[in-house]
Parts: sequence; structure tokens; C-alpha cells
Amino acid sequence: MAIKVNLKVNGEDASSVVKENTLLVDFLRENLRLTGTHVGCDTSQCGACTVHMDGRAVKSCTVLAVQCEQVEISTIEGIGGADNLHPMQEAFRECHGLQCGFCTPGMIMSSIDLVRRERELDEDIIRKGLDGNICRCTGYHNIVRSVQVAAKKMRN
Amino acid sequence: MYGFKYHRPQTIEEATKIFAACEEGSYLAGGHTLLPSMKQRLAAPTDLIDLADISSMRGIREEKDCVVIGALTKHEEVASSELLHNAIPSIADLAGNIGDAQVRNRGTMGGSIANSDPAADYPSAVLGLGAVLVSDKREIEADEFFLGMFETVLEEGEILKEVRFPKPEASVYKKFPNPASRYAVVGVFVARTMGLVRVAITGAGPCVFRAREIEEILTKDFSAEAIRNVRLDADLMNDDMHASADYRANLCVVMAQRAVRELI
Ligand SMILES: Cc1cc2nc3c(=O)[nH]c(=O)nc-3n(C[C@H](O)[C@H](O)[C@H](O)COP(=O)(O)OP(=O)(O)OC[C@H]3O[C@@H](n4cnc5c(N)ncnc54)[C@H](O)[C@@H]3O)c2cc1C
Ligand code: FES
Ligand code: FES
Repeated sequence: MAIKVNLKVNGEDASSVVKENTLLVDFLRENLRLTGTHVGCDTSQCGACTVHMDGRAVKSCTVLAVQCEQVEISTIEGIGGADNLHPMQEAFRECHGLQCGFCTPGMIMSSIDLVRRERELDEDIIRKGLDGNICRCTGYHNIVRSVQVAAKKMRN
Repeated sequence: MYGFKYHRPQTIEEATKIFAACEEGSYLAGGHTLLPSMKQRLAAPTDLIDLADISSMRGIREEKDCVVIGALTKHEEVASSELLHNAIPSIADLAGNIGDAQVRNRGTMGGSIANSDPAADYPSAVLGLGAVLVSDKREIEADEFFLGMFETVLEEGEILKEVRFPKPEASVYKKFPNPASRYAVVGVFVARTMGLVRVAITGAGPCVFRAREIEEILTKDFSAEAIRNVRLDADLMNDDMHASADYRANLCVVMAQRAVRELI
């Protein structure tokens, strides 16, 4: 069985007919070939699959594509490209906020939501705010720095 | 995940009607318990009935002596509610410490309560405050609602619509989170209203329960010192890879003391 879902992805109409049990992350990666969104665990733990659903960070491995009726999704591909990096991407690059880069798309999507959500951004708040994203390389210090640097730019 | 049919009713009546006609239907709220269980094939409903469009089940409003929260209200909406920060800040605080930011952006209060996970946070506020649970059929007292692990008095197809939380004079929730999942190893909710104290504990047993012994002592003498020597029965506690039963029994008292200290 399949069903029509009407949604936008990165500002463009991406309405499609999908199987009911298609996960949002699989829809993005397989149907739309937006492979910047990663699957680290598929058990809702790691945050590598984080995208924005109507502006809020969610784990796309734990959302069905059919739940996205009339929803706007944005992915790492939608926030900036090689020639026009988003301030958060720029800050991760500048501050060495990544090593292997596997967690990075999810980390960046979560961090952008964090800057939107929290007025104060001290180290504790950033660490707690990124609780849902796991990184096995960096030890998090440089990720915290990246978010602090990006937050300043985003707010100016 | 096995296949299923997907429905998107606009009203509660429509939802219950669809449920009644399905072979093995399941309501879908935030999906942050149900979808992981379906991936593991612990649940395999034939039909998912998504409640997302039923707007009457969403939102937070204040009535004379209580705050009413719609079952579909997301953890993040509760955590950031100005109204709750003024009326019952312990609930906003509880919701703000569930899982992580992404989980809070999807998970709903009703899903958490209907599911009665032994380690879920919300049930402690429901029982600790003596809330009233409103379904499509009836009103249920918190003391009657939770039956056991993943078990409540909700019948097949019954929908939890909203929860009425009475405003206490003071209340607080103290959780000892599992460092990986942030579910409660033990969470203690303490509420005080007109001299009466209620203490509800989650994470420790098969489902949330009231610690009557601690309540009685605190009603007479509201101090952390007064409950220091209470020993809860370890035979009633969960024992798993995260914590032994003895450890949990002790932790209940320690967390209750921390809660009391914060309220004094
Ligand atoms: C990584 C992770 C960490 C988490 N950490 C915590 C934590 O620290 N503390 C905590 O308490 N929880 C935690 N959770 C669980 C989370 O809070 C869930 O969102 C919640 O328990 C279920 O709510 P839901 O809206 O997602 O429900 P769903 O998954 O959609 O549904 C759960 C069950 O309830 C039923 N149901 C849903 N709504 C209703 C209703 N209105 N009436 C009748 N039945 C209904 C469904 O049919 C289903 O059986 C975590 C989850 C994840 C994935
Ligand atoms: S892949 Fe979604 S949380 Fe890990
Ligand atoms: S940079 Fe390798 S997992 Fe984070």
C-alpha cells in the first residue's frame, strides 16, 4: 500500500506517494537522494539523523514520512552550500568542531535549533542542549566552541 | 518495521470509530515510544491512527484551581509554557528534562501517561499532584489510573484527552537520570497542599506508586531529617543492569530528601 503525502523539503515541494512504513530519513535519503542526513543508530539515540520539522530539531529516524503532511522539512543541504556556508557550518569548520564528520549534519541542525531556543548559551546549556547528539571523535570541546562562535554571528 | 494502514482522523469520534473497525489498531501521538517498538517488532499494529490533527487535544489552559494540559501537548510546549512556570513550575521542569531536545519536540504528555513505562517521568506528576485524567468516556482519578508495567485502566480504544492538574502550594520533581537514556532510574515527585503531602515515585517499581510511609512522616514533620531512616521494601523494586533493587530502594529516600530540601 502507498499513500500521498504533501510536504516541502528545503523550500521546495516534495509531495510524493510513499509506503506507510517509510521513515522520514529513508524518504530523504532514498527518494530525494539528500544523503547529508545520516543514520547512526536507527534507535533514536544518536541524533545523526536530525532535521528540522517546521523549524524544530527532530530525529528523522523516528518520524514516519506520512506524518509530515503539510510540514516543512529542512536538512543540512537546505541551510547552506559550499559557497555560502551557514554561520553554524562556518563555525564548525573554523573551530574544528568535527573530525570524521559523521555526526556533523545532525550536530549542526540541533545546534541551530538550540541557538533559536535558548537565550543564554553558556557551556552547560550547550552541552545539555546537545544531549541528543552523540559524537565519537571530537570529545565535544570544539563543538561547544563552534556553537558559541556561531551563536554570536547568528545574533548579530 | 512491518507494514500497516495509516489513518488521520480529524475528531476523537472519528478516531474511536476507526479503532473499533481495525483488526489491531494503535493510536499514534509523538511516536517516540511506539515507532521504536515497531522497529524492534515488539509492536506490530495493523493500523496506525494518527491523532495529530485533533487540535482539541492540544494546549495548556488555566482554570480556577487547576491547570489543564491536552494529551497531545508536546514535552517542549510544556517545558516552555509561561503559564505553567507561574502556576505549577515542577511540571514544566519535569518536561524540560525528558530525554533530549529532539525527543521533547515530538513526544507528548498523553503518550507518556498512556504508555505507563516504569521509568517515565510524567506519571509521577499525575500521581503526585492527584490529577484527574479525562478520556473520551470518563474521568479517572490518578490513584486509580496506573495498574502496572505498561498497564493502565484505559480500555481498548479509549483515548486520553486531557489531564487536570490541581495547583499545589508547592511541588518539585527530583530525578536521578540514567546517563545514557535520561529515563528515571528513580524520580520522586513531592507535592504539598494545605498541610497534606503526596509523594509519588517513578523508575523504582513496575509502575509509579505513592510512598505512603514517607507521606505520613512528612505530613507531620516536613523535613529531610525526618525521613532519613525510612527503609522502603527492596522486594518491590526493579532490579536490572542500571541499578539493583537495594540501590533503588535507598535512592528513593535520598531523592525524596533532596526534593524536601528544595521545598523548604
Ligand atoms: C531517546 C529517547 C529518550 C527518552 N527519554 C525519556 C525520559 O527521560 N523520560 C520519559 O518520561 N520519557 C522518555 N522517552 C519517551 C518519550 O517521552 C515518549 O515521547 C513518550 O513516552 C510517549 O509519548 P509519544 O507521544 O511519543 O507516544 P507514542 O509513541 O505515539 O504512543 C505511545 C503509546 O501510547 C498510546 N497513546 C498515545 N497517545 C494516546 C492518547 N492520547 N490516548 C490513548 N493512548 C495513547 C499509543 O497508542 C502507544 O501505545 C524517551 C524516548 C526516546 C526515544
Ligand atoms: S539514526 Fe536517528 S537517532 Fe540515530
Ligand atoms: S566527528 Fe566523528 S562522530 Fe562526530
